[in-house]
Amino acid sequence: MKETPSYTEYHPRWYRARVSTYWWTRQWSYLKFILRELSSLSVAYFVVLTLLELRALSQGEASYAEFQEWLQTPLAIALNTVSLCFVLFHTITWFNLAPKAIPVRVRGKRVPDLLVAAPNYVAWLVISAAVTWLILGGR
Amino acid sequence: MAKRSNEPFLWALFSSGGMVAALLIPILLFLYGLAFPLGWLAAPSYHSTLALVRHPLTRLVLFVTCSLPLFHWAHRFRFTLYDGLQIKHLNEVIIVCCYGGAIVGTALAGYILWNLP
Repeated sequence: MKETPSYTEYHPRWYRARVSTYWWTRQWSYLKFILRELSSLSVAYFVVLTLLELRALSQGEASYAEFQEWLQTPLAIALNTVSLCFVLFHTITWFNLAPKAIPVRVRGKRVPDLLVAAPNYVAWLVISAAVTWLILGGR
Repeated sequence: MAKRSNEPFLWALFSSGGMVAALLIPILLFLYGLAFPLGWLAAPSYHSTLALVRHPLTRLVLFVTCSLPLFHWAHRFRFTLYDGLQIKHLNEVIIVCCYGGAIVGTALAGYILWNLP
């Protein structure tokens, strides 16, 4: 564009419909999209929680016990419950994206979405079981 | 020559972080955030937890579990603010805060995990 646009009687204007800041409240699918995107906040919250837990662990037995006590407060339980819901929402939507990103075809026929997503769920189960076994077995 | 975009690199961090988050965070948050504090499962002692976390492989896994999901958050949250709240005029500030936060978190995770007793 020129720095000083010359005057024309009928200056062209771009048509841009004004979108409300709250456009995502209009429809359930839009709201679901925004909630999915906001699940990233719970992911970040989990990392902060983990860093605090690790810091307490490295500071010794007393501060670790103190942090475990804080985890029992209603505020911590509420935060963790809400975050777990969001993180589960992230996991499920993330796994279900796989068939949309890679449409697998066998002999020209598209493999059902559920079958493409299935390995993700199997990996999730196996990893969750292994982590639980490692943590509980370490006693 | 046109300036190369760093978008693919950031997107790769976003997507690998999303995978790590999807696979590991639910079980860890469930165990340490709910099951142990509420007494549904007996919590491991301080010493066994420290022994488990001190293992080099655990440190590596924990480092990745902290770092990559932070970059996932940075990328996704940046575009949530951009599209959802339409605060495009603050784009530079948002970018610095999001990726900067992820870099600081990664450094903190590295520092804490490296200096475990």
